[in-house]
Amino acid sequence: MLAGIILLSGTAVILSRNPVHSVLWLILAFFNAAGLFLMLGAEFLAMILVIVYVGAVAVLFLFVVMMLDIDFAKLREGFVSYLPFGLILAGVLAAELIVAAMAAVVVGSPGEPVAPVIAAAADVSNTEALGALIYTKYAYVFQASGMVLLTAMIGAIVLTHRQRSGVKRQNIGQQVARRPEDAVIITKPGVGQGVEL
Amino acid sequence: MIGLSHYLTVAAILFVLGVLGIILNRKNVIVILMSIELILLAVNINMVAFSSYLGDLTGQIFGMFILTVAAAEAAIGLAILVLYFRNRGTIAVDQINQMKG
Repeated sequence: MLAGIILLSGTAVILSRNPVHSVLWLILAFFNAAGLFLMLGAEFLAMILVIVYVGAVAVLFLFVVMMLDIDFAKLREGFVSYLPFGLILAGVLAAELIVAAMAAVVVGSPGEPVAPVIAAAADVSNTEALGALIYTKYAYVFQASGMVLLTAMIGAIVLTHRQRSGVKRQNIGQQVARRPEDAVIITKPGVGQGVEL
Repeated sequence: MIGLSHYLTVAAILFVLGVLGIILNRKNVIVILMSIELILLAVNINMVAFSSYLGDLTGQIFGMFILTVAAAEAAIGLAILVLYFRNRGTIAVDQINQMKG
């Protein structure tokens, strides 16, 4: 059932006319994928999927879709003309992949059920086992993924940061450097005389 | 009983859906990015299914790294998209080769 909902919502993602609906279908697909991960015994990854995808990426997508004012109907021109080619390609690809998926079982022991939990670490939770592995054997890869995220963050900020011209800002250095002699003059004009600035 | 091949089949179909989405919505870069997310999700399902099947945690760890890269890619892609929209007023990417950078 979870798989069926994933496939349905995946279809809806690519076919729906309104990108907002696409994003909502994508969220549904991610929730169901998290369900599949739970069934496979990968609890930590399931929760990460919900938090990162539904919580962050989908909201980012929604934000961008709603921020940009786009005529989406115009973007769908040529949808039908791509359809035959796309269907042919997709059919061939699907056939190949499914044949490969069936062959994987033939190579392995057929009919063997998917192990629910990691056999090596049956007494510790999935999260604990992942943590024990990720901070020891894969520590460098973990650090590298942190660098990837940092790069992505800096890149996104640099790309979208806009220096506006003509905005009046406080210049603190100038304010501090200002002395009374520059700003104030003390005069004593006589009667009937003006002050010359 | 649900076996490995069922998971692999679901992932394969999801992958193909992602590819189809890229082909069909060739102008709408937002849907292209979402299709890429679908493809990465399919790969992740494969990773976790094999990891669970073989009793090896490596697949899940690399699934997590795929998630990391996917999040970074979505952020950068959307940033580029916002920049492009600000400059051109459209997100039709079939004309993007006019940039000649």
